[in-house]
Amino acid sequence: MSGLIFNLFIFVLASFIGFELISKVPPTLHTPLMSGANAISGITILGALIVAGQVDHQVAQYIGFVAIVFATINVVGGFMVTDRMLEMFKKKDKKNE
Amino acid sequence: MSDFLPPSIQSILPDLIQLVYLVATGIFIVGIKRLGSPATARSGNQLAALGMFIGVIVTLFDQQIITYEYIIAGIVVGAAIGATAAKKVEMTAMPEMVAIFNGFGGGASAVVAWGEFSRFEASAIATQDLVTIGLSILIGSITFTGSFIAFGKLKGFISGNPITFPGHNIFNGLLTVGTLGLVGWLTYDPTSQLTFWLLFGIALLLGILTVIPIGGADMPVVISLLNSYSGIAASMAGFVINNNLLIISGALVGAAGLILTNIMCKAMNRTLGNVLFGAFGGDGGSTSGPAADTDKTVRETTPDDVALQCAYSDRVVIVPGYGLAVAQAQHVLKEVADKLEKRSVEVKYGIHPVAGRMPGHMNVLLAEADVPYDQLYDMEQINPEFKSTDVVLIIGANDVVNPVAKTESGSPIYGMPIMDVDEADRTIVFKRSLSPGFAGIDNPLFYKESNQMFFGDAKESLQSLSQSLAEVD
Repeated sequence: MSGLIFNLFIFVLASFIGFELISKVPPTLHTPLMSGANAISGITILGALIVAGQVDHQVAQYIGFVAIVFATINVVGGFMVTDRMLEMFKKKDKKNE
Repeated sequence: MSDFLPPSIQSILPDLIQLVYLVATGIFIVGIKRLGSPATARSGNQLAALGMFIGVIVTLFDQQIITYEYIIAGIVVGAAIGATAAKKVEMTAMPEMVAIFNGFGGGASAVVAWGEFSRFEASAIATQDLVTIGLSILIGSITFTGSFIAFGKLKGFISGNPITFPGHNIFNGLLTVGTLGLVGWLTYDPTSQLTFWLLFGIALLLGILTVIPIGGADMPVVISLLNSYSGIAASMAGFVINNNLLIISGALVGAAGLILTNIMCKAMNRTLGNVLFGAFGGDGGSTSGPAADTDKTVRETTPDDVALQCAYSDRVVIVPGYGLAVAQAQHVLKEVADKLEKRSVEVKYGIHPVAGRMPGHMNVLLAEADVPYDQLYDMEQINPEFKSTDVVLIIGANDVVNPVAKTESGSPIYGMPIMDVDEADRTIVFKRSLSPGFAGIDNPLFYKESNQMFFGDAKESLQSLSQSLAEVD
């Protein structure tokens, strides 16, 4: 099985897991979920690391640097802002400390 | 970084890295699962962040990575920008924040593919890698510029009204076909720099042209869809560098974005096709739509009167809309609710799925004002309860309580699920004027006998109501 086909299998199966995981989320959490999922899509930073860290090609290093900046904004900003939102979600009995 | 490791470990390092990726994948899945319930959501997000951290650290041991200057510099710059933005942003500005983060994520995927393309001799890249490089550039670029246009529209830099030109949809269709053709051509002849740059340029243009004809009111759907794209773009980047963690996480996000997009469309009674190609929904009914019918009478009410009605009720339901957030009135609202609860009036909040500027946005805004989440009820949960509700306070909401959605089949909002507030004994609408909402249509609820209008700015009205409540005994 060629690499592309194998990767396609993984892609499709992971998509099904994604549908299963998300479809039961209550509307209350849709904004944090969107924001958190968005942060996870910054996983592309791993690719950026490899492009920026190689030494065969100078231009690719510059490109990799840009990719790292973009991806890190997405990852750090995304997780932090999601945490900020979720921090505020409180149950009733907790608020009357 | 792997140099200092003993040779025995170095030889199995690639497998070790893959195994750690497997662990990170598991952490992501558990994290997303935990994001699905209010009690565990925060830990879920932190788990996902941990998974990302582990993924980054272990990747640094990859034998392809030799130098760290650019990596460190990039992470420092990116983290500083991201953290500052995340700390400073107002909760009301969350949709544009998500949009712009999303744009950077999509852009990063496109740039990774560009880097992969430029670091090797083009003729030496395998055909299947060329396909995924092309797709990654295409989807990543559309996400990048599309998200920035969405950001501009939400922020008001760009008109929220649909911007179109004759044949817009056809032109976009041709561009889409053209870019796919270019991906094909790049696969056939990867040595042509022109093909590569044409693809990159047209994909960037396509992102702009796809989002610009969409009205400001529909931006949440667009962000949700672009969020899905950025996941798919990350997945494609994973195909390019042959990394399962990227493929899986990207696919998870892609699926999540699609589901949320679907939920949004349903709540707004629109199909995705209609949102993307319909050029519907401007900034809101500031100018559009028919003027309110002057023949019909409305009953205007006073703070004292509202205070009395609420104070002697058993059950009050509050239906907030985005107008509440615009007026920054969440905190005063909470004050009013607290006073009512002290008089042992049962207070609940009924939240329409599109009450804020994106799905679930209103819940975040109320959470910011310390409203506990177990007092927030979804539309399906609260609708059967209106029959036994004494007073409904509708604050800054309009279309989502418009009974026309059920009765008039010709109306643009016909079929949109609404809050059945007219089943309650009494409704009180807090609003500046009788002007129509986003959809630009009049609301018959305002003229119903059981309805009273409380005209004025939401914050000032709630403040005076709060004062009046203090005087009720």
